[in-house]
Amino acid sequence: MVGLETRVNDFVVKFANVNGTGSASANLLFTKSIFRMGVYVSPKNFFPSNIQGLPTWYEVRVNEKGYLGRRDGVDLMVTVNAQSLKSDIEEVKPGGYLVYDSTKMLHSEYIREDINYIGIPLMEMCNKEFTDPRQRLLFKNIVYVGALSALLDIEFNVLENLISEQFAGKEKLIAPNIKALKMGSDYIKANYKYPLDIRVERRNLTNNLIMMEGNAACGLGAVYGGATFAAWYPITPSTSVAEAFGEYCEEFRVDKDGKHNYAIVQAEDELAAIGMAIGANWNGARAFTATSGPGLSLMNEFLGLAYYAEVPVVLIDVQRTGPSTGMPTRIQQSDVLLAAYASHGDTKHILLFPSTPKECFEMTADAFDLSEELQTPVMVMTDLDLGMNDHVCEPLEWDAKRKYKRGKVLSAEDLDKLNSERYGRYLDVDGDGITYRTIPATHPTKGAFVTRGTSRDEYATYTEEGPPYERNMERLSRKFETAKSYVPAPQFYHAENQCDYGIIFYGTSTQSAEEAIDILKQKGIYLDAMRIKSFPFQKSVEEFIEAHDKVFIVEQNRDAQMRSLMLVELGSPSKKLIPVLNFDGLPITADLIVKEIEKKLTKKRKANKI
Amino acid sequence: MSYARPKFRHPQLPKNELGYTSDYYEGSISTLCAGCGHDSISAAIVQACYENNVEPHMVAKMSGIGCSSKTPAYFLSHSHGFNSVHGRMPSVATGANMVNKDLVYLGVSGDGDTASIGMGQFVHAIRRNLNMAYIVMNNGCYGLTKGQDSATADDGSKNKAGSVNHFQPIDLASLALELGATFVAQSFSGDKTQLVPLIKAAMKHKGFAFLNVISPCVTFNNNPGSTKSYDFVREHQEATSTFDLVPYKTEITTKYEEGTTKSVVMHDGTLLQLHKLEQEWDPQNRLSAMNALGNAKQKGEILTGLIYIDEKSKDLHDLLNTSDTALNKLTQDVLCPGTEKLRDINKSLR
Repeated sequence: MVGLETRVNDFVVKFANVNGTGSASANLLFTKSIFRMGVYVSPKNFFPSNIQGLPTWYEVRVNEKGYLGRRDGVDLMVTVNAQSLKSDIEEVKPGGYLVYDSTKMLHSEYIREDINYIGIPLMEMCNKEFTDPRQRLLFKNIVYVGALSALLDIEFNVLENLISEQFAGKEKLIAPNIKALKMGSDYIKANYKYPLDIRVERRNLTNNLIMMEGNAACGLGAVYGGATFAAWYPITPSTSVAEAFGEYCEEFRVDKDGKHNYAIVQAEDELAAIGMAIGANWNGARAFTATSGPGLSLMNEFLGLAYYAEVPVVLIDVQRTGPSTGMPTRIQQSDVLLAAYASHGDTKHILLFPSTPKECFEMTADAFDLSEELQTPVMVMTDLDLGMNDHVCEPLEWDAKRKYKRGKVLSAEDLDKLNSERYGRYLDVDGDGITYRTIPATHPTKGAFVTRGTSRDEYATYTEEGPPYERNMERLSRKFETAKSYVPAPQFYHAENQCDYGIIFYGTSTQSAEEAIDILKQKGIYLDAMRIKSFPFQKSVEEFIEAHDKVFIVEQNRDAQMRSLMLVELGSPSKKLIPVLNFDGLPITADLIVKEIEKKLTKKRKANKI
Repeated sequence: MSYARPKFRHPQLPKNELGYTSDYYEGSISTLCAGCGHDSISAAIVQACYENNVEPHMVAKMSGIGCSSKTPAYFLSHSHGFNSVHGRMPSVATGANMVNKDLVYLGVSGDGDTASIGMGQFVHAIRRNLNMAYIVMNNGCYGLTKGQDSATADDGSKNKAGSVNHFQPIDLASLALELGATFVAQSFSGDKTQLVPLIKAAMKHKGFAFLNVISPCVTFNNNPGSTKSYDFVREHQEATSTFDLVPYKTEITTKYEEGTTKSVVMHDGTLLQLHKLEQEWDPQNRLSAMNALGNAKQKGEILTGLIYIDEKSKDLHDLLNTSDTALNKLTQDVLCPGTEKLRDINKSLR
């Protein structure tokens, strides 16, 4: 038997399933059991744009050092899908393991000499034990989780507890599930050497941490942030943001008499979805929409209106692989430029880049404050990896003293105090570019005006004259400048810059970038690091670039969009900013970042020699 | 038209129950062409709001883009308005409405804004029975871009340039009925006597009140051969019943011959009395109303008046069971679950 070196709490397990066979909950059970044993774990779904029948994968990285980005190479593959068997087997690292359904014999073409085969007659066992056809299918998944518990040394009672929690209220289902787990575990114990040289050992690293999907965190952030209205159009991967908002609202926003302190409208398309969110904000509520690339394209016209008419609105953009329909269930960070300059005319928008579910929660809640304070759209730029996968992160926090910041809104009393002074909706009284707005029905006789996408003067009166138009556009620029002091500052990994080279990353490239920095350090390549959290860029972003000879920018798109944004906005020298890119639709790995940076540095050395 | 409107008003202008004279409901000077049908509709809106005793600040004026969508600036200057983007007024109105159920939403649109670019949003606002009055100022052409045919131009209608439209027209009233609109009416901008009570009723209706008003474009579509010209509409308008709106608790004094009047109680108690019931359909029966519209069309007539009403309809707020307090008035203590609850949520995620 070929074997891997003994590796505790450091390996990748991948499940090859068929879409629609109930594998998701079994796979989550596996992940959660490791998390409960106090070890960091990072699951990722690779699923097709399909409901039933096509191959789907679930990859789990177990890593006690806390590296949560994706890693190439599979140490143990669980395959229950004949369709993808060939390529699944190829993915296993030499010395690794293949767990397969041995009810039927594996054809010789599937036999590799350099990996280990662990056959379990899943179908045969389930057909014998269960009579209901649906159960036979579902319990196959639970049986292999049971088998893994023996192979990887996962504590059985942790699994038992998870099953009991999952089926609280449906106690009848607990016993057959535990039986299925035991069937798998017993089969391994009777037929194979266990545990394997890759295995889990209990630690207490995750005690206070949580495991959550980014989309659920955005939905919850909208509830905490005071959103009362959401309008959305179904699109992968953002659908679960609106759904999570709805579920949390049912929990926290229903009165004793059953009345809803919220409203959700499933719109006819994305145009209508953002139009509704804008209408609600205009009328003084906090409202949002959630979408993905194709929806963002459609929303451009309305984003221009909200920018120009200065109506707050929050948009959660869960990015996926474009252009066009692209790969709808794969990840990319490729909406950056579209979002930053959405709509015709001179427009610029506030963007936030979360990298964990905790930040999804915080930044969504913050987005409502920012958008009302700055009276402009704010987009939370998350992605499919962050949104639809469980991520281990710090627990969510909410300051009990926190008060919603509604920005410059005039009350009836404020309007009365104006006396003879004429109210100017677009009059820059404070010099920061942010003017005072009024909400409909605030005052019987004062403060009314027509909100419009056409040019208007400081008093909201329609005009096609050049000077007031220019004054307004320049004020909007001033406001965008002001926004720099409102949006979250970048994260710096060192108190001061120490290296010649720097690295910049954002969103879900963060985990792999952090790991790459550590790997490169071991190789003698030192990098100062900065994580971008928002647009517009603050002075510190510019200073970081200026302070280094070369700066690598890690992104998950083809054209290095964040880099382009920096070139345009900061006028940084283009030779200095070196893109490190991944855009195959799978989450970026530390290995790729390391390889690319090494390659670029070697090239440079070679060039220097010549 | 760019002349200054005289500020002088007759000192004894009658006041409504709120103590406002009708000029209080006016807006700024119209910049539409002299004689534009839309200006007559704006005047009818002013009159209707005055007679309905509406607090102007409790009205939200919503519009899209086009000549018609400019009009919210020309009435109710004490109301907030939102002149949004082309064809997208229904969505903005939906969002606005959902977070403040206490306002009256008055949407103004045109045939381009509704029947072409905005068709998608229009039909879905109807489906949801959004509580708003939706007025289409329908002139069969694109005025602001100088007279191109619109989707409501009739087959065979000739425009000013002499070209004849051969595409089938979209009949907005029939469409609204088909989609389940709970209030459908048609009128003519030149018939203020009929238009004012229709607007009043539309604003009082709970649910989607659709009012299709033929409003001739004097500049581009008022020529012989056009089926949306003043002359043509006057000749072919088939005005149906007239009606009175009797406010709740007001004594009914006028007496009509038995059998010629039908009374409909609206949701706020207002009595809508339809007279001259020799009309051949029942305005409380959708199928009958659809037949009536179809029959008139076959005869080449434009049926005007109240076509259909479902006075007991459930609006979007009823369907979504939203709180009695307008959502935009809910405060942080109601909206934010707080720190303790978040601790429980964290616990459930371990």
